[in-house]
Amino acid sequence: MSVLEVNDLRVRFRVQSPLQALVRGNADPFIDAVRQVSFSIEEGKTFTLVGESGSGKSTLALAVARLLPSAEGSIKFNGSEVTSMSDSELMDYRKQISMMWQNPVGSLSPRMKVGSLITEPYKIHGLNDRDRKAEGRRLLEMVGLPAHFSQRYPHQLSGGQARRVGVARALALSPKLIIADEPTAGLDVSVQGEILNLLNKVQDDLGVSMFVITHNLNVVRHISDHTAIMYLGRFLEIGPTDTLFAEPKHPYTSALLAANPEPDPDALREQLELKGEVPSLLNRPSGCEFHTRCPFVQSQCKDALPELAGEESHHYRCYFPIAE
Amino acid sequence: MSKNVLTIRNLSVNYQTDQGTLQAMRNVNIDVPKGSIVGVVGESGCGKSTLISTIIRLLATNADIPNGEVDFEGRDILTLSEDEMRKLRGDRLSIVFQDPMSSLNPVLTIGKQMTDIQYRDKKTMAQKRQRSINMLESVGIPDPASRLNQYPHEFSGGMRQRIAIAMALQAEPSLLIADEPTTALDATLEVQIIHLLKQLQSTIGCSVLFISHHLGVIAELCDYVVVIYAGEVVEEGTVSDVFKRPQHPYTEKLLECDPANIAQKTRELPTIPGNVPDLVSLPSGCIFKDRCHTKIDRCDNERPQRIDAADKHYVSCHLRSPQ
Ligand SMILES: Nc1ncnc2c1ncn2[C@@H]1O[C@H](COP(=O)(O)OP(=O)(O)OP(=O)(O)O)[C@@H](O)[C@H]1O
Ligand SMILES: Nc1ncnc2c1ncn2[C@@H]1O[C@H](COP(=O)(O)OP(=O)(O)OP(=O)(O)O)[C@@H](O)[C@H]1O
Ligand code: SF4
Ligand SMILES: [Mg+2]
Ligand SMILES: [Mg+2]
Repeated sequence: MSVLEVNDLRVRFRVQSPLQALVRGNADPFIDAVRQVSFSIEEGKTFTLVGESGSGKSTLALAVARLLPSAEGSIKFNGSEVTSMSDSELMDYRKQISMMWQNPVGSLSPRMKVGSLITEPYKIHGLNDRDRKAEGRRLLEMVGLPAHFSQRYPHQLSGGQARRVGVARALALSPKLIIADEPTAGLDVSVQGEILNLLNKVQDDLGVSMFVITHNLNVVRHISDHTAIMYLGRFLEIGPTDTLFAEPKHPYTSALLAANPEPDPDALREQLELKGEVPSLLNRPSGCEFHTRCPFVQSQCKDALPELAGEESHHYRCYFPIAE
Repeated sequence: MSKNVLTIRNLSVNYQTDQGTLQAMRNVNIDVPKGSIVGVVGESGCGKSTLISTIIRLLATNADIPNGEVDFEGRDILTLSEDEMRKLRGDRLSIVFQDPMSSLNPVLTIGKQMTDIQYRDKKTMAQKRQRSINMLESVGIPDPASRLNQYPHEFSGGMRQRIAIAMALQAEPSLLIADEPTTALDATLEVQIIHLLKQLQSTIGCSVLFISHHLGVIAELCDYVVVIYAGEVVEEGTVSDVFKRPQHPYTEKLLECDPANIAQKTRELPTIPGNVPDLVSLPSGCIFKDRCHTKIDRCDNERPQRIDAADKHYVSCHLRSPQ
């Protein structure tokens, strides 16, 4: 069963004030940071979102958590429509999803000790009947930190420890869905492994679903069931992770896989190197928005946006998908 | 003349903290040979930023340097006056940061910023403008003349990083320091930037000190690599020696842990069990001993010396030292 089902989602940001827009004669002073995005996350499964900086990953996550309004589309959580929820319904919704933020130390309040930080969600949600000390110990144990860490301040944590605290806090309310924005960015490989193993373990133990954002493809392969590749706010390809890695259909996915540098000085990579720049959201290319960088571009690609093609759960937007 | 642009000898850096003196770097030696690219890897908190801040002399106010030399083109950076140091920075020595916005001013056009940094040159405005256009062109910014009038936010992340590189290289420095310049970019742009750096480095003939925790990027770009653990250099050598024949147990584990090296899909990635030691109360013996899988008695009490394991391949580990 799907825990989360997102359909045709659109998120816009205003880039000029109404007055500026009027003066400059701009009828549409917005950018689409997320456009025509559809996906679902099954119970107990992990969905990963890959895309470069500025492609709209965090925006999508914030919209799903309803911390940003969406302009179009639907978000269903266990069958209920999130976009039309009342404030009290939203409060309940947010108990069932938790976010791990992109910058873990920056998002932890510097004056609170770890013990208070990880049990703060109980306070926020008015769950005063809990024994917060005992809960704190339980959560620390779950993420493999000794109990005396509850006395530490965020600046006394290493990068990896700070992420563990982030995971502990995310687990406090026994969520159904965890949204983790770049959970391993800035960590070296051994600590990265620890955090990914922890997320995997939490999932195996508690059966939670996960929505993981990353731009590190090496991470994706080991943790995820489904993957989407985002570019300029749109999904260019989405499907089962194994299939995407074995038989990428979209040229961008294939270039991402080929570009992934390997820790072997003699590695000869299959070169599918992309030229050119990522276009600006203010100035979306016509047709297939990837055409300005695509090695296989034809004139047809510049005219109209390719429809989602593919079968079953594997879809892509490309007129000339990579043949097997 | 030395064949190194940068020679760091026996460098230590401390921070004064509420808990006591934190010994962030201890007796570090690093060579950057002329015209080469040297990578520095190590986990979060191992002292990478401390190293860079020492070289550019912008250490935090609670830092001090009890011992060491940082020889840059024949002069000890640590003994230069503020004024001499300012002359070096941005001229002989430049830096590209992880976040390009930290080296670009958001309220000035790219053109203004690029001509401003040429204030030392006695050239006309038109010449400076032309030089900026050439630099933008060399880093692959299309239509550079018209883009000079644009502001940083009008460029994509990858473009901004290239502009930061163009600005850092404009004065043709002899050493470029790059602090994780590709971490925010996707793999396709990361490869573009790496190739660009490599190409510019060989045309300008400068040297590069490249900080990263991405082993794949180091393997692709660098000639030499320095592995740092908890404030000490544990291994250094050519990229092919270190990656193919790692001598230090930490380097060995680090390579094993890289998910890119793990062909088989797994739910249980390898890690290095244990924690980094507390830099305020350092343990005796080898700095890695608590996490080492090949520890021997000697490691507990005796600090391993830096030894030459093979030609120019240095390692600090008792297992490699002759009895
Ligand atoms: N509040 C805002 N107002 C206007 N534009 C915004 C706002 N927040 C984000 N954007 C723009 O929306 C786009 C998507 O941003 P987002 O932060 O979602 O990217 P991301 O994929 O998470 O990038 P990163 O990998 O760097 O975190 C960017 O072009 C960004 O500049
Ligand atoms: N101003 C400071 N005062 C006290 N301790 C500091 C200060 N700056 C850094 N440290 C400590 O010195 C050690 C080295 O820090 P540094 O920032 O150099 O590491 P790094 O390798 O750059 O880490 P990262 O990969 O997380 O950026 C760490 O233990 C850090 O906590
Ligand atoms: S539709 Fe055309 S331009 Fe777009 S990815 Fe496919 S081949 Fe390339
Ligand atoms: Mg983001
Ligand atoms: Mg740093």
